[in-house]
Amino acid sequence: MATAQAATPAVSGPPGRRQVLALLRRPSLAKLLVLALIAAVAVPVVQARWGGAAWPGALTVDLTAPLGEVNDWIVANRDSHPLFLYFFGHVSDAVVLSVRGVYLLLLALGWAGVTAVAAVVAWRAAGPRLALTAAVSFLVCGLLGMWVQTMQTLALMVVAVLASVALGVLLGLAAGLSDRTYRALRPVLDTMQVLPAFAYLLPVALVFGIGVPGAVLATVVYAAPPMARLTALGLRGADPGVMEAVTSLGATGRQRLLTARLPLARKELLLGLNQTIMMALSMAVIASVIGAGGLGDRVYQALSSVDVGAALAAGIPIVLLAVVLDRTTEAAGRRIGTEPTGPAALRGARGWGLAAVLVAVVAVVGRFTGGRIWPEGAIVAIAGPVNTAKEWMVDHIYTGVPVVGGTADWAAHFTSWILNPLRSGLQGLPWWSVLLIVAALAWTIGTWRTALTAVLAMAAIGVLGVWEPSMDTLGQVVAAVAVTLVLGFGIAIGAARSERFERLLRPLLDVFQTLPQFVYLIPVVALFGIGRAPAAAAAIVYALPAVIRITTQGLRGVDPAAMECARSLGATSGQQLRQVQLPLARPALLLAVNQGVVLVLAVVIIGALVGSGALGYLVVLGLAQGQLATGLVAGAAIVCLGLMLDRVTQPTTRTAPKES
Amino acid sequence: MARTPIRTRTRVLAAASSAAALLAVTGCGAADMTKQTSPFAAPAGIRTVTLSVQSWVGAQANVAVAQKLLEDELGYRVDLVQTDEVPAWDALSQGRVDAILEDWGHPDQEKLYVEDKKTIVRGGDLGVTGHIGWYVPKYWADEHPDVTDWKNLDTYADELRTPESGGKGQLMDGSPSYVTNDTALVKNLDLDYKVVFAGSEAAQITQIQQFAKEKKPFLSYWYQPQWLFNEVPMVEVKLPEYTEACAAKDPADIDCAYPTTPLQKYLNADFSQRGGEAADFLKKFNWTEDAQNEVSRMIASEKLTPQEAAERWIGKNPGVWKKWLRK
Repeated sequence: MATAQAATPAVSGPPGRRQVLALLRRPSLAKLLVLALIAAVAVPVVQARWGGAAWPGALTVDLTAPLGEVNDWIVANRDSHPLFLYFFGHVSDAVVLSVRGVYLLLLALGWAGVTAVAAVVAWRAAGPRLALTAAVSFLVCGLLGMWVQTMQTLALMVVAVLASVALGVLLGLAAGLSDRTYRALRPVLDTMQVLPAFAYLLPVALVFGIGVPGAVLATVVYAAPPMARLTALGLRGADPGVMEAVTSLGATGRQRLLTARLPLARKELLLGLNQTIMMALSMAVIASVIGAGGLGDRVYQALSSVDVGAALAAGIPIVLLAVVLDRTTEAAGRRIGTEPTGPAALRGARGWGLAAVLVAVVAVVGRFTGGRIWPEGAIVAIAGPVNTAKEWMVDHIYTGVPVVGGTADWAAHFTSWILNPLRSGLQGLPWWSVLLIVAALAWTIGTWRTALTAVLAMAAIGVLGVWEPSMDTLGQVVAAVAVTLVLGFGIAIGAARSERFERLLRPLLDVFQTLPQFVYLIPVVALFGIGRAPAAAAAIVYALPAVIRITTQGLRGVDPAAMECARSLGATSGQQLRQVQLPLARPALLLAVNQGVVLVLAVVIIGALVGSGALGYLVVLGLAQGQLATGLVAGAAIVCLGLMLDRVTQPTTRTAPKES
Repeated sequence: MARTPIRTRTRVLAAASSAAALLAVTGCGAADMTKQTSPFAAPAGIRTVTLSVQSWVGAQANVAVAQKLLEDELGYRVDLVQTDEVPAWDALSQGRVDAILEDWGHPDQEKLYVEDKKTIVRGGDLGVTGHIGWYVPKYWADEHPDVTDWKNLDTYADELRTPESGGKGQLMDGSPSYVTNDTALVKNLDLDYKVVFAGSEAAQITQIQQFAKEKKPFLSYWYQPQWLFNEVPMVEVKLPEYTEACAAKDPADIDCAYPTTPLQKYLNADFSQRGGEAADFLKKFNWTEDAQNEVSRMIASEKLTPQEAAERWIGKNPGVWKKWLRK
């Protein structure tokens, strides 16, 4: 579009002037010129007053004292103040009661009963193949010796997901029916999702104490936003024709909502449920840091004795739960609106009745033959072999591999050739120039609004007094994202060309997307030593699957006619890729970049556990030492970094309405 | 226009119904969060004790042995809660946890909860003495005996350089939850070193094991008692002597070694009074460093579960634990 405008011959005057004017017509160049002008005026003043590389101390606000007071007030009043006795206390009681109820129900069903319920629900919602997957997955949880832990996590998940859905639907209804609420809610939802969970574990634990209530509420904060967003999206997207018809039939407001809007939004609602479940599961391990129990607790405890095998044994059930729940809700979403198939006896209420009878029979038989808890004899210990395999791997590729060098050498080179220069570069840049660069990047691909948001986000980091660690973190994120994109695009091009390769890749991507990151912390340290390199490795492992998936889909989705046309013109496959596929898949590639950034940023805290330092370390330090201010300020800085990176990687145009 | 009534109505309806549901579930009146048990605790009628476990293996060993004895000999059910140290104190004061079995000294928390609020009481010595210090591997110290004095450390800074430590030597620190003055020490003793935080004990141990496998030199913050000494023998580096006066300084000015701490047990005040046999048992629980290390090593090196390790130790040492059960 930019080139098309520059080519319009509407400019008159002498040649030199014409060229300048033509240049000015290019929107991005014009924006840069304006920015340069502002800089030329403002920089000398700013430099004279607050020179130097780091953010000036005079422009910071120290939140330690006020947040410390909040902390002390909570500790002093927690056992006596009405706010705690009559509000938080009841919330906490309700959570404990409901988790306990679900847990006892699961235990009462016994392992046979629970497996049967899972299989039958999966069969009714998604067909026989998923029923088999569900049954096998639950049996594997038992075989790994994690039955009780799986039930604890499941009980926690059921309550957290129900609460998230309830909250999400309420917020979504409000946002779907009122434009003003919608606008007001968006930044709140953004913050809920981007603020690292570690940063609000401390305030939650401070109010509710450690244990299940705090864990469930922290999970709800994290998992409710997708439900709210998708509910609002579904309601706002209701077919105007249908709505018109319903209104003309004289339906009241509530009738319209219940009989038309909500049923029309069923697909979005189910997708919201699916997303909420996945997010809740990813919190299962993180919440164990404040004593949630269950599988997460086992992963976390295995870490302290550096036992990868044991951590994996507890991590696999999390992956299996995630896969089963994801596939089942996804398939249920796809089936909405299609005609029921199969024999008449299995349809509708009769089918569910039959299913219930089947479950009851299996549960009773299971109780009489095998008991409630998984039999101890039927446990397969995988920890030993896994640890042996890890040792072998580390022994053979850590160092001294001919030609390519070992992992330790790569880590050292990555640190000294990429991470160190990036860090010293970013920290050495004068603070105002960082703001200018951010403004330039955000403005050239977006509007002045996006640029302003990005600059304000960066400035907020300075004001919070964490400029230096933030620049350190920024450098690490940029490096990790770059590697993720190079690897991701490379693999995705391969996957887009070969169906077989993609099929082979799929389970691997599933595992890496859902495996709790805590599980691979020890292997990355064993391979890359401590420091920023292993943290980057962990981030890459976590972000790569999403980048590969989005890119593959984008490349596959390129109009076949365009490809055919290029082929008939005799383009080589390399030319096809460079000149047709990649340019046409541009939106997907940009989304992949954006997701890469978001996901890498999500691992910043986890990276701190293997020595990445900077902001992540401050958040972990805040939680471990009970310093509310340290943790929250660093968490807020991560949110600001995320906001800024989102704005400079996500093109927005003035005309396109946001998110609708 | 037509939207407004719906919105208000749904909102009021939602608020009212959720409030009603909340009250129906919990009953009216005050809800005391300090009287809540874990939802995974056993049904009523069974006596339950909740113990806090910290992330290091020594703490796991204490808890595993206590758990096994409470369950097998006294008929309790034991719940474990894993948290960092400072949040654990918080949980102890609220009654979410009944006891901490190994505390390395938290003067702020002691003052707040033991002296001012009186929600936590002292439970006596664990019998194990803890000591924090700087350590180098024995294979390296054997070659260069003078490395074990801080005054000579600068000579070896070059050998300890890593990409993370820049041009200086690397002093490796562990988890952010541990007590450390290392950044201040390096500055105040004017050493050519940089403190690199491994971020977690697991990462630190993995790195030490890796260095040991290659017989590479390293300098690390570490503590005794710790099972890793059995696998990677280490020698302590002498720091300027610990004095009360030095310890009383501002944390940024500290320039002496770490103290030697007899590790302490702490009990929730209420539990201490009404905890019956379990409270008496936990107060009497007292064993040696060797005993703790034996259990720790089984957990960490032989990869037994803490329960299995505790069972083995209990089977071999009835003379030790029978004393803890006596009235």
